[in-house]
Amino acid sequence: MAEAEGKSQPGVSPETPMLDELEQGPWPSFVTEIKAAAGSNASARDLLGQLELSYEDRLSHWKHGGLVGVRGYGGGVIGRYSDVGEKFPNVAHFHTMRINHPAAWFYTSDALRVLCDIWERRGSGLTNMHGSTGDVILLGTSTDQLEPTFQELAQAGFDLGGSGSAMRTPSCCVGMARCEWACFDSMKLCYDLTMAYQDELHRPAFPYKFKIKCSACPNDCVASVARSDLSLIGTWKDEIQVDQAAVKQYAENGLNILRDVCGRCPTHCMDWDGETLKIQNRDCVRCMHCINAMPKALRPGNERGAVVMIGAKAPIVQGALLSSVLIPFVAADELFETLQELLKRIWDFWDEYGTNRERIGELIQRVGLNAFLEGIGLDPVPEMLIGPRDNPYIYYQNEKEGEQ
Amino acid sequence: MTMDAAKPRLTDIGPPRYDKYLPPVILKNYGKWKFHESLRPGVLCHVAESGDRLYTVRAATPRLLSVQTLRRYAELADKYCGGYLRFTSRNNLEFLLTDHAAIEPLLAALEAMKIPVGGTNNSISNIVHTQGWVHCHSAATDASGLVKAVMDALNDRFTQEDMPAKLRIAVACCLNMCGAVHCSDIAILGVHRTPPKVNHEQLTKVCEVPTLIASCPTGAIRPTTIDGKPNVEVIEEQCMYCGNCFSVCPAMPMSDAEMDGLSIWVGGKVSNARSAPRFSRLAIPWLPNHTPRWPEVVQAVVKIVDVYRADARPFERVGEWIDRIGWPRFFELTGIEFTRYHVDDFKYAPLSYARSAHVRH
Repeated sequence: MAEAEGKSQPGVSPETPMLDELEQGPWPSFVTEIKAAAGSNASARDLLGQLELSYEDRLSHWKHGGLVGVRGYGGGVIGRYSDVGEKFPNVAHFHTMRINHPAAWFYTSDALRVLCDIWERRGSGLTNMHGSTGDVILLGTSTDQLEPTFQELAQAGFDLGGSGSAMRTPSCCVGMARCEWACFDSMKLCYDLTMAYQDELHRPAFPYKFKIKCSACPNDCVASVARSDLSLIGTWKDEIQVDQAAVKQYAENGLNILRDVCGRCPTHCMDWDGETLKIQNRDCVRCMHCINAMPKALRPGNERGAVVMIGAKAPIVQGALLSSVLIPFVAADELFETLQELLKRIWDFWDEYGTNRERIGELIQRVGLNAFLEGIGLDPVPEMLIGPRDNPYIYYQNEKEGEQ
Repeated sequence: MTMDAAKPRLTDIGPPRYDKYLPPVILKNYGKWKFHESLRPGVLCHVAESGDRLYTVRAATPRLLSVQTLRRYAELADKYCGGYLRFTSRNNLEFLLTDHAAIEPLLAALEAMKIPVGGTNNSISNIVHTQGWVHCHSAATDASGLVKAVMDALNDRFTQEDMPAKLRIAVACCLNMCGAVHCSDIAILGVHRTPPKVNHEQLTKVCEVPTLIASCPTGAIRPTTIDGKPNVEVIEEQCMYCGNCFSVCPAMPMSDAEMDGLSIWVGGKVSNARSAPRFSRLAIPWLPNHTPRWPEVVQAVVKIVDVYRADARPFERVGEWIDRIGWPRFFELTGIEFTRYHVDDFKYAPLSYARSAHVRH
């Protein structure tokens, strides 16, 4: 891959009239990026050529994956082979490496340079910052470079992320690092969970993938409710903290509090008389709207923690799912311990009853929430449902009077 | 660097510790932020209980980044903010400053490098997207090119905060949805429209027949025997082109240059603010894959954005706006044709039937 190792061919960048069109316009261009790498890297040059061909043919020229990896791991590398390798030999093998990103994607300039230096020598010099699950994506290298790249990264303090039927790289919002709304330490929890389950992450042993995302407030900046099998969403139990003088300031600055704050409250739990904002906190569902609208005046309460939700996924196989409530509230300082116990039970149940390529959300759909809850030893509570059942086809259990 | 034989092989070290790359102002005020305000589009100021201030300058990236450009980002961070930077969940770049006086020079440097600044509050932030033809075998379209073409047209919506609320766009190049577009204000989704063409010979060598049959959500793949060996056939009228069979078996290719294309979905959200998180719903069933700039897709997205921007009230996300005006009016205002494809016919279809006499006129 790298010039220094004599594999690249002295080459001229291919003609790319279609891709060149995508260098026009104000938005930063990915084509310009590929060309930047292509200046000194033969695989980036061939990627450019193959991509131009895809734009002409309107088809992908990548073949179905293949099993490649590093010693002792079952994932972290996505095998990729070109179907036009004879034409573009430098991308004939062009495997992706997923690198577990630092929590909330914080870097120093030096850390970025370390990644750049390794990847310039060992791969295409092209990255995604970042992939959909959160990992740093190192885009394209040959099979012989995988192990040395992995070990150089490890010496620099980086490890591979997840792929296949494994725990995937957990991700989190910026949380307490920069956000006044953080209801739990999303970065620390994400890190602690990642470290606790290194084996589950690197050695696929589940029926299918399992994603965890930590959002420290109900704004859900990492789309936890839509994109993770286990969704942690920050919330609070006590009252919204109100600075009445600051509320008044928002009104004076032109915010229509009655219409745009109270009027958009989903449970109509607040009222504004021009002087005081009154909140009926027992009706509040902690949606964040009023706090988002007046961040200087309102803050989440002090008794903070998270809602634990389960089951989100994209459409494949049986249809898309959003996560649903599993535990309505876990205090922030009890989250890690609670989740470890919960994950053990969930994974045991999934291992026992899940079929091949069945996400936990689909398993719950198939066996029913009651069977799942029984399996993991949780009692049903009304917070788990939009409402109780509306059909009378009830499987009454044969309980004799006096028996539990 | 050559591998040092004396160095022990490292595994399972995990990612860098969560606080390893945090700037001193964050380490000092971790968990003690009081409020934030917006200084201008793309520039936020977070104020800690201690009175310390952290300025964030948010800029666009194409997500696909060369080491050359990453090094330029690193140089900017060194020059203006002690080397501290981060990326956001929507592939933006953020510089983390403590010196207010450094904001203007950084903005000037970004402008000189033609890097748009914005993506905050009521703007259209960067588009979350997938690999497309750059690196994926099942892609029905290219993601990076679509994002570039759409954001070129919406650049001003990124650099200004002049939307009724935030608007989130996502692109996924097939139904696998690595980009999880299914809960976006506007989602662009690559679709196939032809059944897989079974390569019977390859199938016997590389695929497991029971797994393949089980992969089909509609039971369209049936077992059969060819030349005395287990094989499969596809009941074509039962196929809805999800591509899951191809995911488990390379002998089921389904890409087709003329028939593949894009669908557009609207009204999803993940935030709990006001209304509950929800899926996006179908707006346009299919648009052609016109490389390199997808004019039909760009035009459709811009139209939806413009109509929403003109008609929505403050704080209404796209889905909440449609809740108020109703779907018939959405189709009327956007000029999008309502077709039989908008009527769901999969698992939860009956839940989408209108079960009240609430009809707008």
